[in-house]
Amino acid sequence: MRAALPRTELMAPEGLDGAAMALAHERQVRRERWLRWGAPLLIAVLALGVWELVVWWNQIPHYILPGPSLVLESLVEDWGTLSASLLITVQITFLALAIAIVGGVGLAVLFSLSRWVELSLFPFAVVLQVTPIVAIAPLILIYVDSTYAALLICAWIVAFFPILSNTTLGLNSADHNLRNLFELYGADRFQTMRHLRLPAAMPYFLGGLKIAGGLALIGAIVAEFAAGSAGAGSGLAYRILEAGYRLNIPRMFAALLLISLTGIAIFLTFTLLSHLLLRKWHESALEREN
Amino acid sequence: MITDTLTRPSADAKPTLVALEGVHKTFANGTVALADLNLAIGQHAFVSLLGPSGCGKSTALRIIARLASANAGRIAWSGAVEVGDIGFVFQEPTLMPWATVFDNVYLPLRLQRQSRRAVAGRVEEALDLVGLGDFAHAYPRELSGGMKMRVSIARALVTEPKVLLMDEPFAALDEITRFKLNNDLLNLWVDRRFTVVFVTHSVFESVYLSERILVMAARPGRIVEEIAVDAPYPRDDAFRTSEPYNAWCREASLALKRAMGEV
Repeated sequence: MRAALPRTELMAPEGLDGAAMALAHERQVRRERWLRWGAPLLIAVLALGVWELVVWWNQIPHYILPGPSLVLESLVEDWGTLSASLLITVQITFLALAIAIVGGVGLAVLFSLSRWVELSLFPFAVVLQVTPIVAIAPLILIYVDSTYAALLICAWIVAFFPILSNTTLGLNSADHNLRNLFELYGADRFQTMRHLRLPAAMPYFLGGLKIAGGLALIGAIVAEFAAGSAGAGSGLAYRILEAGYRLNIPRMFAALLLISLTGIAIFLTFTLLSHLLLRKWHESALEREN
Repeated sequence: MITDTLTRPSADAKPTLVALEGVHKTFANGTVALADLNLAIGQHAFVSLLGPSGCGKSTALRIIARLASANAGRIAWSGAVEVGDIGFVFQEPTLMPWATVFDNVYLPLRLQRQSRRAVAGRVEEALDLVGLGDFAHAYPRELSGGMKMRVSIARALVTEPKVLLMDEPFAALDEITRFKLNNDLLNLWVDRRFTVVFVTHSVFESVYLSERILVMAARPGRIVEEIAVDAPYPRDDAFRTSEPYNAWCREASLALKRAMGEV
């Protein structure tokens, strides 16, 4: 092992006006950051201000349209009840999502290992996906004794499919030359799965997870609505229903706000997770100069 | 037709490492990729398969690598062939983008269930061999096209294979990088003495690199001529501009034209 080869150069020499370019670049970055965060925030503040002003100017009663300040007040005042409900909704969402991940990835792996299993089961997964959850939820609530379990099943049904279909797609999209290479070195199916197909499926899985996270929340909320006041449900949707009956509109808005914030938090969490896992290698997470 | 003389050893021929005898290959769609292909690769030889696209040269390579099976004929190896005795370099670097350079080169050994710690030295050695010793922890995306190809070569060499099968490995690179990798590959070959079967459609590349050029014709794929390039090694850029080099290039390109039915 003697013939060490000369190495190719990696870096281009820094230009003379490197400092000026760096400054211009920094200005560009600051501008970009302002556009991304500042601009939407400004619009939101303006909209809330107009809303508050319209309510105040027209003296709209709070049981028809409360102003943002009243919604915030209600959120603080009812925090005890609302936070308990939030916890339940979040719990159902994440539990359903966890089961969907285990089931979806597990089934996708099974599909990719056995064509027989894929062909016989995939149609049923599609049926689950295309049937609106609002239509199935009442049936599930009838046949499942525990309301909590019924809500969980509903949230799971909607979260399951994007994970299954994305992961299946990902497992089948490993580079065919790499597959040949694994074959050349006598890799067995488990090695190919572990070292080639699962890593190749990662970006697809994470894309599915982003969709499934939001859907699990929607599934949980929809099921709670279907359960209505009959259920022992005390999640956020139940609070909206309850407040509606009592014409407590500020509380309805407060619960709605919490649901939206939860959805946003879920999306951001998975976007961050995806970025952290892919930033070293995947096109979607790479930062480019131009 | 000289195919029947190919397996007959000439005076200075090397003992055969692998031979294809009467190999036929028909694809599922009915295309006859190879018809009665006969060739013998000597031990420690550097042989090029030169031909137009679609002449089945890649298919022949894949059959030698056992990545494809022949419909008829025999593939005869001298001695047993184990996993790791065959290295393969594709036209694309074919690296795992999620793995570091080290892990990419470690892959063939990992698939043979060798522990990372036990073979770390061998992986580093292979990387040093292609001049990438300092890039073990880089990811493929951080490397240039030529460097990625070097990683691919290191990966193929890490098992110390008897034969290195290369399927137009430098076709996608710019000329400067290609010349450099040509030289580096030759140095490695002179130094390490593995066998190389090199598929290319470049007349110049085949003359510069190989001891022997097998010219293939298409539809059906078969070997129609053989050219021995008797220039001594090591070859360098002086050879690239020499009169004999030009003569061989002329000869090879005429042979290629005949193979394509243009003369």
